[in-house]
Amino acid sequence: MTAIVQRAGFLTSVQDLGRTGFRQLGVSTSGALDSFALRVANLLVGNDEGAAGLEITLGGLQLRFGDERIVAWCGGEFDVQIGSRALPAGHVGQLQSGDGLKFRRAQFGCRCWLAISGGIDVPVVLGSRSTDLRANFGGLEGRTLRGGGVVPLARRPGSLPPPTPISSWAGPHDWVSPAKRYPVLRFIRGVDWSRFDDATMKRFTISEFSVSPDSDRMGVRLEGPELKRKHETDLISEAVAPGTIQVPPSGKPILLLGDCQTIGGYPKIAHVITVDLAVAAQLRAGDGVRFSEVSLEDAHCLLLERERDLDRFRIGVSLQRS
Amino acid sequence: MEIIPLGDSALVVRVREQFEDAPEETLNEVLRVFQLLQRATIPGVVELAPAYTSVAVFFDPVAVLKSNGAANGVFDELATRIRSTIVPASRRHRRRTAANAPRLIEIPICYDAEFGFDLDRVAEHTKLSGPEIINLHSTGEYRVACIGFVPGFTFLAGLPRNLATPRRDVPRKEIPPGSVGIGGAQTGIYPLRSPGGWNLIGRTPLKLFDPAKNPPTLLHPGDRVRFRAITREEFESLKQ
Repeated sequence: MTAIVQRAGFLTSVQDLGRTGFRQLGVSTSGALDSFALRVANLLVGNDEGAAGLEITLGGLQLRFGDERIVAWCGGEFDVQIGSRALPAGHVGQLQSGDGLKFRRAQFGCRCWLAISGGIDVPVVLGSRSTDLRANFGGLEGRTLRGGGVVPLARRPGSLPPPTPISSWAGPHDWVSPAKRYPVLRFIRGVDWSRFDDATMKRFTISEFSVSPDSDRMGVRLEGPELKRKHETDLISEAVAPGTIQVPPSGKPILLLGDCQTIGGYPKIAHVITVDLAVAAQLRAGDGVRFSEVSLEDAHCLLLERERDLDRFRIGVSLQRS
Repeated sequence: MEIIPLGDSALVVRVREQFEDAPEETLNEVLRVFQLLQRATIPGVVELAPAYTSVAVFFDPVAVLKSNGAANGVFDELATRIRSTIVPASRRHRRRTAANAPRLIEIPICYDAEFGFDLDRVAEHTKLSGPEIINLHSTGEYRVACIGFVPGFTFLAGLPRNLATPRRDVPRKEIPPGSVGIGGAQTGIYPLRSPGGWNLIGRTPLKLFDPAKNPPTLLHPGDRVRFRAITREEFESLKQ
């Protein structure tokens, strides 16, 4: 019950919905950078929403399956094939033993999440199967996939396979393909918003920033107009969260993602709202991105609305299976 | 006490404005709030992150909503629950303080030049000799103010003032696990191979973070810490 890694791709790791409960000891969330995409992919293949899948960065992954599986993926614009058949985002594909699954280089967007029926069978470490790539634990011995290695798969759930090799139906477009050509990330003001000067506040909301190449799962580093504080006083370190935009002395903001540290001392100008982390996870070097302010109440309403839609989708998927 | 949003799925409870003015008292108060929130198991609260002057509360807005109220009141609802958890408990706590006395943990450190890459830099800055630095560092008592940066990285309060040394201008790309450093007025131990800008003065043979254990860290927020200078031979025999 394994898949053989023929090519590991640029950076592929085992992730679930992330690690919680050890933040007071400095343990990061890790997990799928777009946990919603992984939940949707898992629902499509009949898994628990929290089953471990693969996070594929920029593509290049090639797997060969040792048994029959159902797969689905959500994320950026990738060409994915089962053998010679295309598997578009959000569709459900059936693999026979010996079949290959190939992710070509992303046309745009940065990452995608692959769910395999049964889920990936790696040990639960500190409550999660996610790979912590900074502290090197969880997932496959704390590291990314390697060519020639295997991905252990758990027993398949009891649900019926789809009648066709590739389903004709798919998940909602916005969920399965969250990458945007002109991304605008909605934010709420950060704790230190008022520490920045008026021109900076304005600049932050009207300017386009570009994604720097040294971005990773810890954070998206942004280039653009310099963000200046009124006074360069040292702040006392406190918690940061995925979505936090902090501004180091260089004036170049960093949007923190799932692998970010738990505590930081840089001023926090803003926080990207949870529903837009799906878009943020698709940013790659050279992309332009803008920010637009919303209220905390709106951020919560958007999240709750998406959750209600997912409840309905869950019912829809179970009807498709029955 | 201030409660401020940290995005839409976390908030910060600012327990105190300052740390340096009264580190011991501030730390005790932060830990008291941390423990109260931990015990309270408020619906929707996922995890907590204490730091010098604050406790961050990470929550699932959907779960908060399911347990009470309307979407536009998620934050207010949670803030109210947090306030009521923290305030009335203060009288009860005073009686408990004795039982909650912090643990004292001894950490052996080898201060040999082989590990203390930056002893010379610290000596130059502090105008102290190597033995004086080692003696000062290993006779003080410290407290774990918080843990962060990487899993198990302890920010220790209580560094003798005359040992304070600014961070290196260019951080090292890779620091060996167990390295003990001074960064400004703080001291701490790097539990894992990681980048870092603190001045390294020694190394402990103990494993500070082990994900196979629960809890995974040797030290916890609030612990009292003493260092003991050891020889190179002892370092080898204690190595985990």
